Amino acid sequence: MAPALKVFGPARSTNVARVLVCLEEVGAEYELVDIDFAAREQKSPDHLKRNPFGQIPAFQDGDLLLFESRAIGKYILRKYKTSDADLLREGDLAEAAMVDVWTEVEAHQYNPALSPVVYECVIYPAIHGTPTNQRVVDESLEKLRKGLEVHEARLWESASLAGDFASFADLNHFPYTFYFMATPHAPLFDEYPHVKAWWERLMARPAIKKLAARMALLN
Amino acid sequence: MAMKVYGLPMSTNVARVLVCLEEAGAQYEVVPIDFSTAEHKSPEHTSRNPFGQVPALQDGDLILFESRAISKYVLRKYSSELVKEHSISDSAKVDVWLEVESRHFNEPMSVVIYQCLILPVYFGGQTDVKVVEEKLEKLKKTFEVYEERLSRSKYLAGDFLSLADLSHFPTAYYLLATPHAAVLDEFPLVKAWISDMLARPTVKKVIDMMKATA
Repeated sequence: MAPALKVFGPARSTNVARVLVCLEEVGAEYELVDIDFAAREQKSPDHLKRNPFGQIPAFQDGDLLLFESRAIGKYILRKYKTSDADLLREGDLAEAAMVDVWTEVEAHQYNPALSPVVYECVIYPAIHGTPTNQRVVDESLEKLRKGLEVHEARLWESASLAGDFASFADLNHFPYTFYFMATPHAPLFDEYPHVKAWWERLMARPAIKKLAARMALLN
Repeated sequence: MAMKVYGLPMSTNVARVLVCLEEAGAQYEVVPIDFSTAEHKSPEHTSRNPFGQVPALQDGDLILFESRAISKYVLRKYSSELVKEHSISDSAKVDVWLEVESRHFNEPMSVVIYQCLILPVYFGGQTDVKVVEEKLEKLKKTFEVYEERLSRSKYLAGDFLSLADLSHFPTAYYLLATPHAAVLDEFPLVKAWISDMLARPTVKKVIDMMKATA
């Protein structure tokens, strides 16, 4: 019988990977359904029913259709929570709040600084064959340094971002950072030893190792 | 002990938190942060919000930042129906539309507000018309999605008001103060949804606070 859970979009896409990390962490079975960008399938009526903005990922669990990768991730982590896989900590108000805080940080501070470097150095050259816009990269790296200073200070205080427990907040940093590490700017993380050590712990998680291998193959 | 919110109500991100506190019926105190003296970058404030932004929230020993994280904390603490904690599918829908608010509404709107209301008034600068046009195009696409959604359910996440709807109000309030409010005329359901929200007593109370500190 086909798995009840479906994720629409390719594994190598950062926001799809964001969802797959959550599925792998909880060990849920799922089916990955590709969306053919070359044929503009993301704008097809069928896909727009799943994601009205015509983007990926989209997600289906029986009759429930969801979009926005962070919302999908939370749904998965709530539904499949176990004592071993409690990555939202919703049993504790303060812990859950800290997970939310650092999830928002990734969305509003970290990702806007880091993702332009990934787009300029990895994604645009691969898809459009365009040269890297160095000004965008330099401006982004400046902002990223400020963000990494904050992460460094935080990771002095605790092993993971939300506290001494790995959480959704940490997982959210994985997809774009994984590609950042394939750019010439990866050594930036060496200047932030606690961040580097935290990143290495993240990369050592079985779910992340499994997903990283898939993303690298498709690169 | 009352919770403390650091920042001024005129900030959309502070206002978002204030409406949740009002909805929750929580005791709270607003502690102003003076941007003109760079108080937001002071060691005291950056110990609450390491990015030197507002709001921050203090509840006893717990210090939080990022307005949507704070909002959820407040609503959960007071068991508010605005986050639908006890339904996995409803809470997911709230999360979906809260993400949409952040990425597809707030992002273009914050540029329009900055260009039309903040830059000319506070910095004596000139509105960049091209940037505003570009963001308004993006906003119209978002409103197309909202119009379709609101034709199928009363509110964004379903037939229930949620944090996803209320999260829009501060920015929507300022949209109506820009020269571009008429963009809503093409989207009657969106326009009505916004008016209803702005008429809500908790929202009206926060709007009064926003006006008082502008």
